[in-house]
Amino acid sequence: MMTHKALKTGGMGEWLLADTPDSAFQAWAGRAYLGLMAFMKNRLAVLGLLIIAILIIIAVLAPVIAPYDPVETNIGNRLQPLSFTHYFGTDEMGRDIFSRIVWGSRLTLYVIGLVAIIAAPVGILVGTVAGYFGGIIDTMLMRITDIFLAFPKLILALAFVSALGPGIENAIIAISITSWPPYARIARAETITIRNSDFIKAVKLQGASALRIIAGHIMPLCLPSLIIRVTLDMAGIILTAAGLGFLGLGAQPPSPEWGAMTSSGRTYIIDHWWLITMPGTAIFIVSLAFNLLGDGLREVLDPRSDN
Amino acid sequence: MKKLFLFVFALSLFVIQTTHASTPKDTLVMAFNIDEIISLDPAEIFEFASAECAANAYDRLINYNVDNVSEIYPGIAESWDISDDGLTYTFKIRKGVTFASGNKLSADDVVFSLRRVVLLDKSSAFILTQFGFTPENVKKTITKVDDYTVKIIVDQAYAPTFFLYCLTSTAGSVVDKKEVMAHEKDGDLGYGWLKTGYAGSGPYTLRTWKASEIIILDANKNYWGDAPKLKRIIIRHIVGSAGQRMLLEKGDIDMARNLTADDLKSLEKNEDIKIQKRAKGRVYYLGLNQKNKYLKIPEVRQALKYLIDYKGMEQTILSGKSTLHQAFLPKGFLGALEEIPFSLDIEKAKALLKKAGLENGFTLTMDTRSAEPVTSMALSIQSTFAKAGIKLEIITGDGKQTLTKYRARRHDIYIGDWGPDYMDPHTNADTFARNPDNSDDAKFKSLAWRNAWDIPEMTKKADAAVLERNTAKRARMYLDLQREHQRISPFVIMFQDIEVVAERANVKNFILGPSFDSNFYQYTTK
Amino acid sequence: MSELLIRTRPIRTLKQTVRILVMVATTFLGLLLITFLIGRIVPIDPVLAVVGDKASPQVYEKARIAMGLHLPLWKQFLIYIGNVVTGDFGTSVLTANPVIDDILRVFPATFELAGTATVIGILVGIPLGIFSAVKQGSFLDHVTRVIGLFGHSLPIFWLGLMALMLFYVRLDLLPGPGRVDFFYEGIVTPVTGILTIDSIVAGEWEIFRNAVYHLILPASLLGYYSSAYLLRMTRSFMIEQLRQEYILTARVKGVKEWKVIWGHALGNCAIPLITVIALSFGTLLEGSVLTETVFAWPGLGLYLTNSLLNADMNAVLGSTIVVGAIFLGINLFSDFLYKVMDPRAR
Repeated sequence: MMTHKALKTGGMGEWLLADTPDSAFQAWAGRAYLGLMAFMKNRLAVLGLLIIAILIIIAVLAPVIAPYDPVETNIGNRLQPLSFTHYFGTDEMGRDIFSRIVWGSRLTLYVIGLVAIIAAPVGILVGTVAGYFGGIIDTMLMRITDIFLAFPKLILALAFVSALGPGIENAIIAISITSWPPYARIARAETITIRNSDFIKAVKLQGASALRIIAGHIMPLCLPSLIIRVTLDMAGIILTAAGLGFLGLGAQPPSPEWGAMTSSGRTYIIDHWWLITMPGTAIFIVSLAFNLLGDGLREVLDPRSDN
Repeated sequence: MKKLFLFVFALSLFVIQTTHASTPKDTLVMAFNIDEIISLDPAEIFEFASAECAANAYDRLINYNVDNVSEIYPGIAESWDISDDGLTYTFKIRKGVTFASGNKLSADDVVFSLRRVVLLDKSSAFILTQFGFTPENVKKTITKVDDYTVKIIVDQAYAPTFFLYCLTSTAGSVVDKKEVMAHEKDGDLGYGWLKTGYAGSGPYTLRTWKASEIIILDANKNYWGDAPKLKRIIIRHIVGSAGQRMLLEKGDIDMARNLTADDLKSLEKNEDIKIQKRAKGRVYYLGLNQKNKYLKIPEVRQALKYLIDYKGMEQTILSGKSTLHQAFLPKGFLGALEEIPFSLDIEKAKALLKKAGLENGFTLTMDTRSAEPVTSMALSIQSTFAKAGIKLEIITGDGKQTLTKYRARRHDIYIGDWGPDYMDPHTNADTFARNPDNSDDAKFKSLAWRNAWDIPEMTKKADAAVLERNTAKRARMYLDLQREHQRISPFVIMFQDIEVVAERANVKNFILGPSFDSNFYQYTTK
Repeated sequence: MSELLIRTRPIRTLKQTVRILVMVATTFLGLLLITFLIGRIVPIDPVLAVVGDKASPQVYEKARIAMGLHLPLWKQFLIYIGNVVTGDFGTSVLTANPVIDDILRVFPATFELAGTATVIGILVGIPLGIFSAVKQGSFLDHVTRVIGLFGHSLPIFWLGLMALMLFYVRLDLLPGPGRVDFFYEGIVTPVTGILTIDSIVAGEWEIFRNAVYHLILPASLLGYYSSAYLLRMTRSFMIEQLRQEYILTARVKGVKEWKVIWGHALGNCAIPLITVIALSFGTLLEGSVLTETVFAWPGLGLYLTNSLLNADMNAVLGSTIVVGAIFLGINLFSDFLYKVMDPRAR
């Protein structure tokens, strides 16, 4: 509260919280600022964000942080319990589990990053085109979207992986194929509200093509809500990828993907608990972090909606 | 709310006081990976688990002593004669044998069963057709003399044990002609039905088979020999060693069949569990495709044989489950070579590679089935190859995928295992050391063919060995063949399998033979 | 799934009913098209799978024609639709049975598991959700929410293995993998396929007890996931209701607080709640894939996994269609509920 008051009297804070903003940007910045304030009050969400930041740092600095090579085997040193030389012990091939988890963070980010990069643009394209043109195009595109939505995600992903063959790239493709429909729905809803706004009409009068309007004016406006939705989905993507890895249909050995590590650690669950506990915990912590962040974002943006 | 909690509490009490029941006295429950079974028709069975089932549910013409393979004893055939020219075999059929269905077994059933294998021509049919039987000639070559005599004519004077051993395999099982033909559809000889059905005379009858889930066998009340001791055998599919071990230690099963070396080692300390071992015929090997420009260089092949940590793998990932073995005939077979010329020797390998002008290294791929212990072996091989500058990329897939690629000769290196199909040495010589036609569309596709290894000379030597009727001389021929094979072949033979069964201490007389179709339940007690 | 929920609006007229039916039909067709195309891009030769790799070119060609693979794609698709509609999904390579028979055999086990889990989810999730909504912002509300978030974050296969380790191996409180102790298998003849019911029908009380005992752990785990979802939905529905004016009016009128909450507010979220429950049952079918693998539970999930690992495409696609169809059915059902039960929708 102190800072709040202090800011109100100062330049930046006053500008941000002005009752009558001078420009659209100022209004937007003000809203964002308030949102940020609310978000920062949600300690759990901040914790989530913090964990994700740490994950990214770990992934970037993996070669520095990991004391050992994640795939090189050393059979003489297998199944060692936790110690100061091997913080999380070693696995059945004598590989350092801590190093594998550290390198595995890259794979996790790789999966969610690529899924977002593939699924979000597809979703936004389908959604904006459907929303902008309406009519028969809208009906058809939305029908296709509904068909994909009608499938249970994991099962559709499984069917695709079985057709494409196991592997992390194919898992990413399969997850992407099942992830874009909600984005299309959101983009469509946003587009319909934007479509009839005055500024779009103005651009139209200037003779801009549909392509330019969609790409240049509508898509950027859809982005914020889409980004939030993608963040919300991250935990689910992580769990699906790990599930595929667990079933042996995702990342293949010796890659240090956490789900695949859990799967191979399953054989040693009775005597060597760390093989399965460590990667499982890693999956849990990271997906929890995304859930906490998503939950916080949702609360800030719309305290009433819960979906 | 309070009521709800009370209810849940009461329910949990009800559950918790349920005591842990152990398995019934007259039932043997085992955990076994049975997802490989695709058929229970003896004319088609070619997998370990199904062969074991058939061994207990069907009778064969001849059996061999599991403790001394060279001793062959009568089954459904009471006695047999071999003509002087070595071409005609006459079998006297045992009287008084009835099938589980109640039908009487006679020469008709025997002739029908053997002809059926040839006519259906499924993957295991070659065990019989290699003696010259074809769908066209079976009416003349496999015939009934009278109700209890069968005459069989083979196309060459083979070593007699060769043919007799082949009849001890699953393909030599006798099926109930009446029962099978009652279910015939569109001239399929009852194949569609028998795939999941049962028409045998063995000590146990098939009650239920649910693929990848469960097999239930019941004692056959009509069995002609010693009555089976246990009333029921339940084989439950449990994936993974840990799951099987949990169930075994808790007493929920009596026997676990697919435990890893690590779990077996831990179980040694448990007094309630005992461990039974038996060397099996399966060997683990690397197949080096001769279509690959590096692998066809003799020095490279030789170098790779020195780049495997045989001892390390045997002691760690395979401990107790496999034993070091480097010749194509497994121990226990006639003429098996037990010399171990290769060990991990990186300097020697480097020297060999230098000789081939490849000291700067190169890249190879290895198709690997994603199942233990093969994956762990692959990883170990990858790291020792790397020490001599060879970059090995492991391509994993399920059994069918890797095998399809292997059969199409599109691999660089294939890591796999090979189990003999019958107890005669020719079974492995045939596949590792014979390749009569190396062209892509060859009819006979042995392992040597799969690796595009063109060996007209060696093929002749193997052919000569199978026709040698003097057993001692035959054994010497195989020893020589194996020594030469070790030196030049594109096969890195590494280990021989040991089957290990962990069972509750009260289980007795579970018979483990040298092959999966000679594991018997009949005498088992609890 | 939630998107579909948002979309479902009350049905008012017959015309709307027809429209929904048409939509369901086209969605189902699309579902078939996707599975059909997946079946075409598979690198496995379907003819080879039938005739075996030793078949002569003539036999191969004959089989190819018999399977209709020489026809143009659209014709093949029409044949495929015809087959699926008549319940013909082809034969499983793995089990040698028609896929539809296999699915009918294994599905009850999944239904039993997912059904029990849904009941557990309702019993735990809804009261906790109401509680959180009423005491919004309290310490307990936070704890409940965190427990709920855990449910959305824990990999179910991992939690299942850990629970098995704890309750079966270490504490010896609950039984291990399987639907029933193995020596009890094959005794009860399936009537419904739901073991707890079949064992009662057969009068095998020991087996019934044993089956219930085996259900507890996997059903509780799945139930936890379901309750995490139901909790969150209930909480948000209730918060919205409790903000409404009629609640204030009721309170002012002196209606007892418990009646306001459990009667007025909850009554008004009943319809959306039932829809959410139906949808959560659908998601449990999905969760069962991983749970059944961990618990060796012989249901549709395990069947699907086994088929996947053995590249048994007929079985994979058959199971996918069945689960997809159940999902569609559930959506239709929730639409229907609005029509019948929500007075405002009439």
